[in-house]
Amino acid sequence: MGTISINGKSIETDEEGYLTNIGDWDRDIAGELAKSENIDMTESHWEVVDFLREYYQEYQIAPAVRVLTKAIGKKLGPEKGNSKYLYELFPYGPAKQACKIAGLPKPTGCI
Amino acid sequence: MLHTVNKSPFEKNSLETCFAHAKEGSAILLIEDGVYAAIQGSVFSDKVKQAMSTCTVYALEGDLKARGVAGKVIDGIQLVDYAGFVDLACQHDKVTAWL
Amino acid sequence: MSEEMMEGGGTIKKFCYINRKAPYGTVYALESLEVVLIGAAFEQDVSLVFVDDGVFQITKGQDTAGIEQKNFSPTYRALEMYDVEKLYVEREALEARGLSEEDLIVDVQVMSAAEIRDLLEEQDVVLSF
Repeated sequence: MGTISINGKSIETDEEGYLTNIGDWDRDIAGELAKSENIDMTESHWEVVDFLREYYQEYQIAPAVRVLTKAIGKKLGPEKGNSKYLYELFPYGPAKQACKIAGLPKPTGCI
Repeated sequence: MLHTVNKSPFEKNSLETCFAHAKEGSAILLIEDGVYAAIQGSVFSDKVKQAMSTCTVYALEGDLKARGVAGKVIDGIQLVDYAGFVDLACQHDKVTAWL
Repeated sequence: MSEEMMEGGGTIKKFCYINRKAPYGTVYALESLEVVLIGAAFEQDVSLVFVDDGVFQITKGQDTAGIEQKNFSPTYRALEMYDVEKLYVEREALEARGLSEEDLIVDVQVMSAAEIRDLLEEQDVVLSF
């Protein structure tokens, strides 16, 4: 268990820094989570994070990296639906880092 | 007496044992997986309807909704929320839980 | 999930998951789903079979707001993206429960118990939940 502090509020996370309650998420918190991952959020980063939020909304699951790559390719085109592009944005793993910033739980099967 | 059944009738015989031991005029409340007994058109619906001729059968609405079967309930089964569950427990001198 | 796990180049086996429990009263259904999702990384030939109360796992219109549990039924619709596309439902199980194919949240193949029996015979590994 951990917490992140933002605007004087303290938000609960698990021991790896994923939000405990997905409902706590907002864009300020995402910014704070990104900082803890040393990621400077650009429009391209937000695009992936927003995609993950929508994906979770629909399927109630954080996708595995293979599935995320495929799904992004379908929605945003092949130049974005590939590991190289996603790893450039999220060097420590798109599923892991982007999910954390999106306020999602750690992807199932992510060791 | 109030009887509660929380197991699916398709998996365990709790519902049938309850029916066999519930006296006329009893209240029978289906909760958790027990609410599957409330589905119209299942192999248990006739037994439930038969029980309804001597007892009042209730089902917990939240459990029906969670399981996607709230729209398929046998006519005459009374839906209750948690407050209704508490009321039923208070209205009866004894509660028997068929687990 | 690590990419390395998929590069073993091992042989593909037929895996079948049998689902027999209703979704919220016990943890079996959710556990099975998680194992399927994790196992999908190994790119095997996966089938899911729903018999007995397992058919209740994939009923449409589940809304768990009132019982404070997570509604994981939408996740079955994500299975296709994990290349888990073979979902079989036993006709007898549906009929006994007053359900039909239209009541299900995912596209499935409805089969008789005899057909499912034959399907099981073809499997290399059968996991029961």
